[in-house]
Amino acid sequence: MTAASVESGLRGAAERDKLARARMLRGLLPALSLVLVLLAIAWLNPRAISYFGFSLMLNLAIPIALATIAQMFVIAGNELDLSIGTFVGFVGCVTATWLKDAPLIGVLILLGSIGVYALLGALIHLRNLPSIVVTLGMSFVWQGLAILVLPKPGGKAPDWLLSLMAFKPPLIPFPIIAALLIAAVVHFGLMRTSYGVILRGSGGNAAALERAGWSLLRTKIVLFALAGLFGVLSGMALIGITTSADANIGNGYTLLAIAGVILGGGEFVGGRVSPIGAVLGALTLALAASPLLTFMHIPPDWQVAANGAILIIVLAARVLISRRER
Amino acid sequence: MASLRLLLAKPWIWSFIGALLVWLATIAFTGGYGGGGMITAALSLAVFTVIVGVGQMFVITLGPGNVDLSLPANIGLASAVAMKVMDGNDAMIAVGLLAALACGMAIGAANYLLIWALRIPPIIATLSASFIIQSIDISYGRGLQIKPPPGFADFTNWQILGIPVLAILTVVFTIGAAIALQRMIYGRSVLAIGQNIRAAWLAGVNVGRIRFLTYTLSGALGGLDGALLAGYFRGANVDIGNEYLLASIAVVVIGGTSVAGGKANVPGVWGAALFLVLLLTMLNTFGVSAGVRLLLTGLIIVGVITAAGGQKALR
Repeated sequence: MTAASVESGLRGAAERDKLARARMLRGLLPALSLVLVLLAIAWLNPRAISYFGFSLMLNLAIPIALATIAQMFVIAGNELDLSIGTFVGFVGCVTATWLKDAPLIGVLILLGSIGVYALLGALIHLRNLPSIVVTLGMSFVWQGLAILVLPKPGGKAPDWLLSLMAFKPPLIPFPIIAALLIAAVVHFGLMRTSYGVILRGSGGNAAALERAGWSLLRTKIVLFALAGLFGVLSGMALIGITTSADANIGNGYTLLAIAGVILGGGEFVGGRVSPIGAVLGALTLALAASPLLTFMHIPPDWQVAANGAILIIVLAARVLISRRER
Repeated sequence: MASLRLLLAKPWIWSFIGALLVWLATIAFTGGYGGGGMITAALSLAVFTVIVGVGQMFVITLGPGNVDLSLPANIGLASAVAMKVMDGNDAMIAVGLLAALACGMAIGAANYLLIWALRIPPIIATLSASFIIQSIDISYGRGLQIKPPPGFADFTNWQILGIPVLAILTVVFTIGAAIALQRMIYGRSVLAIGQNIRAAWLAGVNVGRIRFLTYTLSGALGGLDGALLAGYFRGANVDIGNEYLLASIAVVVIGGTSVAGGKANVPGVWGAALFLVLLLTMLNTFGVSAGVRLLLTGLIIVGVITAAGGQKALR
């Protein structure tokens, strides 16, 4: 081996090292943003960092995390779901009415709605439709159905759901355990199983998958059905916390869920998503939007802006890191 | 006969046929009563959708992934700015309109700044921007109960022989937009970028500048729309622009513009806007509940896009 080739080999190793560092930093970004928000809260109000404080602050984090995971499945297939918020609202209305009064019909309606999601996936694939327009139309459909199911705010969550969401495990608050569980289950399913790879591949390189003999129709149906499933879970969790429903209860979730996926390191194209990151992103948004602002004495008017600002800051940080990657 | 076949081949004709069918269905239901008034009302309301629809059309034509999600927030903020600057004073109408335009242009420019500086998809950029604009609007427009100047309110409702003057002006504007699109360097550049951004760049199109201009144009039209809406509905409101997110995208798609970019259609925006407005009027005339109205609107939009189908993709 000549000296020159050793030298170039060394330089290659150094380059690789730098690249790996940048990639790791990028992967840690979602966790870092959450830690920063937590530190800010701890500094502003140390008493919030307690079992009770976390249970209270993360109260709504579970439904947000579930809706974010739902959106993540859609984004993994290079599509976008602008109807997830009103879908969560619709599920909430069904949960607070049918699921309590006639559980069997309630379950059938919810299963049917997951079926509708699967059909949408098939429709979008077969007719080659822009998902953003289809789901924008569907957002009206879900909202209309929600109003038909529950014309006035009200209803009541089933008792078993109430007691589940009020569960108080020892030492660690329930929302944190739930978040860990959601992240672990979805991470295993999407990142560690072979069909999970196929699902992500359908967003990464659809043509290659098709050549290899995988059905793109099926991957799209599965991704949308999973989005519907987690949308249902999100709506049920939400009603378990709020105890009653309202047709507009989920409207804010559409944009929140997209923001959560992107914050968590997901990318819009290429099937690059991260379930753990998505849950972390959802927690960050849940904490930053209301508890942090309250502790900073910023009026709630700026809640939405805080979400936008966090999104922009994290994306800017990502650009800075990517620049080092090169 | 040949000319009829030529007409049917135009992608925009279907939206007008749809609008006509909906109108006929409604007057059949009312027994011919109120048909003319319905057209007047439809024209007045369609104007607001057409204005933002044209902005959205230019953005979507830039190619996959280009869409302006900040329009509703933009409209809301501009309506508040216009009402505050006009302050109910007839002498300030022009200044107020300019302020709303400037506000919208600033938002459009900020959108492109985010897209360019952070290298993020326009959907995310305009989404984050709309979060911030929404908050500014809530904070700025809190308790704002300024009525538009009487002259301005009258102007937005002014009709000649049952035809709203605003609709006539908007027709003139859309003809201008069509000429800009098909006959001017700016419009041809937008189409070229939408067809193949790399080829356009290699052919010497200043891609960055054209995209910047397009987002600024969309923002400006959103701002103008906000001011006009506040005049027409007698006051600004945080939620005044909410329905224009779906409406602006829907009229572009239904009107025959390709969601894959590179192919735009101005007359279709008018047809689709009239179709949507008349559809709502029809459902109201039939006396259906709010839930059914939303449900049917959604189903019809999904149905129309499925029937039109066939091209990819808005991302």
